[in-house]
Amino acid sequence: MRRSVSIAGLAAALVLGTLGFGTGRKSYVASAQEKTSTTEVKIDNFSFGPVTLTVPVGATVTWTNRDDIPHTVVSTDDAKTFKSKVLDTDEKFSFTFSKAGTYPYFCSIHPKMTAKVIVQ
Amino acid sequence: MSEKKKDELVHDHNHDGIDRRGFLKCMAWAGTGAFCVIQGGVLKSYSLSRLPEPGSKEAMGELSFVQISDSHMGFNKPANPDVAGTLKAAVDKINGLSAAPEFMLHTGDISHLSKPEEFDTVDQILKSAKPKDVFYVPGEHDVLNDDGKQFLERYGKGSKGAGWYSFDKKGVHFVGLVNVMNLKAGGLGTLGHEQLEWLEDDVKHLKHSTPIVVFAHIPLWSVYPEWGWGTEDSAQALAYLKKFGSVTVLNGHIHQTMQKVEGNVTFHTAASTAFPQPAPGKADSPGPMKVPAEQLKSVLGITDVNYVQGQHALAVVDSTLA
Repeated sequence: MRRSVSIAGLAAALVLGTLGFGTGRKSYVASAQEKTSTTEVKIDNFSFGPVTLTVPVGATVTWTNRDDIPHTVVSTDDAKTFKSKVLDTDEKFSFTFSKAGTYPYFCSIHPKMTAKVIVQ
Repeated sequence: MSEKKKDELVHDHNHDGIDRRGFLKCMAWAGTGAFCVIQGGVLKSYSLSRLPEPGSKEAMGELSFVQISDSHMGFNKPANPDVAGTLKAAVDKINGLSAAPEFMLHTGDISHLSKPEEFDTVDQILKSAKPKDVFYVPGEHDVLNDDGKQFLERYGKGSKGAGWYSFDKKGVHFVGLVNVMNLKAGGLGTLGHEQLEWLEDDVKHLKHSTPIVVFAHIPLWSVYPEWGWGTEDSAQALAYLKKFGSVTVLNGHIHQTMQKVEGNVTFHTAASTAFPQPAPGKADSPGPMKVPAEQLKSVLGITDVNYVQGQHALAVVDSTLA
């Protein structure tokens, strides 16, 4: 019981950290919280979910591969703004978006898998 | 095989530029087997239970080789927790063939995660196969993280570019192509300009009567583009092969056997030695298909190919590991 409480506390701290608590910009954080119910993308059945994720500037997005087959998370632009190593089952990749914009990405192993992150 | 599955292929408008007159098709699904012979452009197929008599001209040939594919060493999920065991079973099957194959083709996804120890395990298991020469092309699982550097170091000696090459055996010209590199978002397999130019040059000097065998990981025909089961620029490659009387295309990637004959070209995909994948569109995704353990070997397999000189025919036989 004690353990689960501490994990919940840790998770809350992580979420709050992601949203920028502690920076003193509380009004910004409140609006960001409304926009981002999640910063998680799940890879299931050869697809990214949600296909379009909208997050505030500064948000860290975490992808988790829940398939039996490895996938990657690679931004589509030539500069490859973000590029994970290959993610086996249950492995994660995180990227912090510091600039506003639309970031299309795909799985470089299964290129039919495409999605995007919108940073506002 | 249901009518619906047939229709999916018939209506697969893949813009591959192939003349569809004389279109013939033969599909053999995982768990079954078929023996197909093309003579003078006419396809003859036999079920595995009615194979030609051993020693007959259909069963014998100047050249016999085996294709294996998608061994996915390192995969350990419920669809097959023992991919080393099933690869060994494939080797046993090969060693038990009545006409000893001269060599093997491995059409990619040797490893699951491109780990050195995965390649090592496959190399070790294949050492016990009677045919000593193995010709490889990479699958997308063999070129993870390093753009195929390790694959080239291990298997690409004497190859060009990302690992393509050709060789001749008893009058048959073999071409190994690579279509798993530089995949673009939303796209299919890709051969690329450099490789296509090389292919055009490679086959230019050959007589039209030379039998051609092309092998590559991802199918060179549009099996099911929605799942990425096809190659963007395969039409260009096939255009360079149009002048030849007999072209056999051997692929892997889709973990099930399938055949299609169009004009002078026979397309064939091999079963995996590791785990089956669903028929096109028959599941939410092309992920590993779990079958009851006792059925697993009936949906895995090897492909035995025989060439009979002067017959314009390559005979392709799929056998399961069961």
